[in-house]
Amino acid sequence: MELIAVKKLEAWFGVFQALKDINLSIQENEVVALIGPSGCGKSTFVRCLNRLHEEVPGARVAGEVWLDGRNIYAPGVDPVGVRRGVGMVFQKPNPFPGMSIYENVAVGLRLGGVSKRTVLDEKVEQALVRAALWGEVKEILKRPGTSLSGGQQQRLCIARALAVEPPVILMDEPTSALDPISTAKIEELIQELKTKVTVVIVTHNMQQAARVSDKTAFFLLGELVEYGATEEIFTRPAQEATERYITGRFG
Amino acid sequence: MTRHFDQELQDLKSLLLRMGGFVEKAIEQASLLVIRREPWRFKEIQQCEIQINLLNKQVDHLCFCLLAKKAPVAKDLRFILAVVKINADLERMGDQSVNIGYAGVDYIRRPMINVTQEMSDMAEKVRSMVKDCLDALVNGDEQLSRLILDRDEIVDQYKARLLDYLQDLMVHDRSLVESALDLIMIARNMERLADHATNIAEEVIFLTTGQDVRHPSLVDKGGSQ
Amino acid sequence: METLSWRRRSTNHLMLSLLFLGGVLAAVPFFFISWYVLQKGLGVLSFEFFTQTPVGPGQTGGGMANAIVGSGVMLALASVLGIPWGMAAGIYLSEYGRGKTAAALRFSIDLLTSVPSIVVGIFIYGVVVIHFGFSAYAGAMALAVIMLPIVARSTEEILKLTPQHIREAGLALGLPRWRVILRIVVPGSRAALLTGVMLALARVAGETAPLLFTALGNQFFARSLSEPTASLPVQIYNSAKSGYADMEALAWGGALVLVFFVFIINLLTRWLMGMKWN
Repeated sequence: MELIAVKKLEAWFGVFQALKDINLSIQENEVVALIGPSGCGKSTFVRCLNRLHEEVPGARVAGEVWLDGRNIYAPGVDPVGVRRGVGMVFQKPNPFPGMSIYENVAVGLRLGGVSKRTVLDEKVEQALVRAALWGEVKEILKRPGTSLSGGQQQRLCIARALAVEPPVILMDEPTSALDPISTAKIEELIQELKTKVTVVIVTHNMQQAARVSDKTAFFLLGELVEYGATEEIFTRPAQEATERYITGRFG
Repeated sequence: MTRHFDQELQDLKSLLLRMGGFVEKAIEQASLLVIRREPWRFKEIQQCEIQINLLNKQVDHLCFCLLAKKAPVAKDLRFILAVVKINADLERMGDQSVNIGYAGVDYIRRPMINVTQEMSDMAEKVRSMVKDCLDALVNGDEQLSRLILDRDEIVDQYKARLLDYLQDLMVHDRSLVESALDLIMIARNMERLADHATNIAEEVIFLTTGQDVRHPSLVDKGGSQ
Repeated sequence: METLSWRRRSTNHLMLSLLFLGGVLAAVPFFFISWYVLQKGLGVLSFEFFTQTPVGPGQTGGGMANAIVGSGVMLALASVLGIPWGMAAGIYLSEYGRGKTAAALRFSIDLLTSVPSIVVGIFIYGVVVIHFGFSAYAGAMALAVIMLPIVARSTEEILKLTPQHIREAGLALGLPRWRVILRIVVPGSRAALLTGVMLALARVAGETAPLLFTALGNQFFARSLSEPTASLPVQIYNSAKSGYADMEALAWGGALVLVFFVFIINLLTRWLMGMKWN
C-alpha cells in the first residue's frame, strides 16, 4: 500500500532552489534510502516529509506530500500535528540535555496526553526494546540520556521517535557519527523496524544504502535522477549519472 | 575522474586476455595436431594449459580481493562477476584442448578416416568464435557478441553431421570403430569449446548492458530478465 | 648559534617572569582585601551582630540584623522582578531574535549594562520614590533594573549554546516551538542559566548607590516593604563615615558578611558549572 506520495515538490532556501519537481511514491513497510552528493537536496527532501524544512529562516516549500491519504501541505494543516505522526532521527545523536533516559523516551508520549505511570512505563519499555536498547539501560533509566555512549544515544533517539508509534521514521544520516559496531547495530535495527514502520534514510554511505534499503533514490543538484529497487540501482542503474556516482567515478 | 580501481580492473582484463591468448593457441595446436597428424604438438598444448591454469588461479585471486576490498557495484560489479565466469570458461577450454590432444594422439596411431575437411572446417569455426568472443570482451562489443550466439548453432550442426557419418561408418566397418570413437571425442570437445565461447559472449553482453541473455526460454517464467 | 639560542632562551625567561608577576599582582588586591576585612571584621561578628539593630552614636553593642534582613528581602524581591523579566528577554533574543528589531533590542540591553548604577538609582527616585516615598519596593526595583541586562544577555548566550539539532529534535517530535524552548532548551541548560542568575545576584548584592536614593536606609527593622529599608551596603557606608569607633567596627563586620555572601555565591556558581548534569 502506498504510504507517502510526493507530487511536484519544490523547496527553497531563500532564492536557492534546493529541490526541483520531485515526484516519488513510498510503499508501506519499505526502507527507502536517499543517496547523492552533499548539497543534492536529499536532507532537504526528508525534512519536507515532516514539515521541518520550513522551520529554517527563509525556507519555502511548494507542491504536495500525501501522507497516509492526507496532503500535509494543504492549507490549514498544522505542521505540529504532522510532526507527531512522523518520527525523526538526526545525524548527531541528540538526546534532550538534562533529561533522564526514561524522560527522553516519555516526552513524546506525555505530549500526546499519556500521563498514567503504568502506561508510560510500559510504552517506554516497549520503545526501548524495539530500539534494541532496553537490555543496556533498564537498570539506569534515571541517568541522563547524555551519559550514554554515542551509539546508545542514537538508539535512545530512535526509541524516542518510536515511542509514539509513528508509521514513518525519517533518518538523516543516522550513523555518520558512529563507529562501525554501533552502525551495524542500527542497520540491523532498521531491518527489524521494517516490519512495522516505513523508514526513509538519508545516507552518504552507499554500501549502507545497499545493505538496508528496499528502494534507493538518487538525488543530484536538487533533482531526483533515479528511483528504483535497490538491487537494480546497484547492479544496473538506468541513468549514467547514477552509475557514475555509485561507482565513485563522479567528478 | 579516473580511479585507481579502474587500473586494477584493466589489469584484470589484461590477465584474462593473456589467458585467452593461450587458449587460442592451445585450440590451434590441438586442431593442427589432428588435421596434420603431428603428435609433437601435444607438448605445445600442455605448455599452454599450464599457463592457462596459472592465470586461472591468479585471476580468481584478484577478483576475490577486489570484491572484498572495493565492494564494487553496478558496472564494476558486473565486470568482476563476468570475469569470474569467463575465467572458468577459459580454464575449461584449456582442458578441452588437452582432451582433443589426447584423442588426437590416439587417433593418429589408428587407421585414418577421411573427414579431414569437415574436421578442419569445424575447427576453424570454433577458433574464430573463440577469437571473436575475446575481441568482444576487449572492446565491450555487444553487437559482435550477439553474432557469436548465432554461430554456436552452426558448430552444433557440424558436430551432428559428423556424428551421424561416424555412426554409419562404425556399423559398416568394424575396423574403424576405434578411430571413429576418437573422432567423436574430438568433435564433442570442439563443440564444447564453441559452447564456452558462447558463454563468454553472453557474459560480455551482461557486463556491457546488464542484460542476462542466457536461456531465453526462461524469460517469461520469471527466472531472469 | 650558541649565543643566539642563549639570548632567545633568556628573553623567553624574562617575558615569562614578567607575565607571571602581572598575574600575581592582579591577585594581590583580592588577598589584601580578604585579609584586611577578615582582620578588622572577624572580631566584631557575634550573636548580637546578627540579632540586633544598630545603637545610637557613642553607645557600645548593637548589630546589623536589620541591614542583613533588608538586603535579603530586597535581593529576593529584585530576583522575583528581574529574573523572569531578564530571562524572558534573553529567551526572546536567543530563540526569535532576528532582524533589525532584535538587533536594536540587543544593543539597548547592552547599553543598559553600562549605565552607572547611581543613574539607575536616580531614575527610580524620579519615577517611583517621588510619588511613593522610600521603600524596599523602590530599592528592589533599582536592583532589578541592574540585574535585568545581565540576566538577559547571559540567558541569551547560554541558550545559543544549545545546538540547533536539539531544537529540531523537539520540533520533529511535534512540540510547538514555545514548548521546545520551555520544556527542552531551558531545562537542558538550567545549571548554566542558574549560574548567570547567581552572578547577577552577586553583582547587585554589593550595590550602594542605587539604594541610597530608593531604599534610603533605616536604623531599625522596617515594618513593611513600603517603608525605608536598611541594607548591608548602605549601612556599611553610613556606619563607616559616622566617625565613632564602635560604628566603624560594625561597618567592618558588615563588610565581612557581604564579602562572604558574594564569595559563597561565586563558589556555588562554580559548583553548578562543574556539575555533570549540564
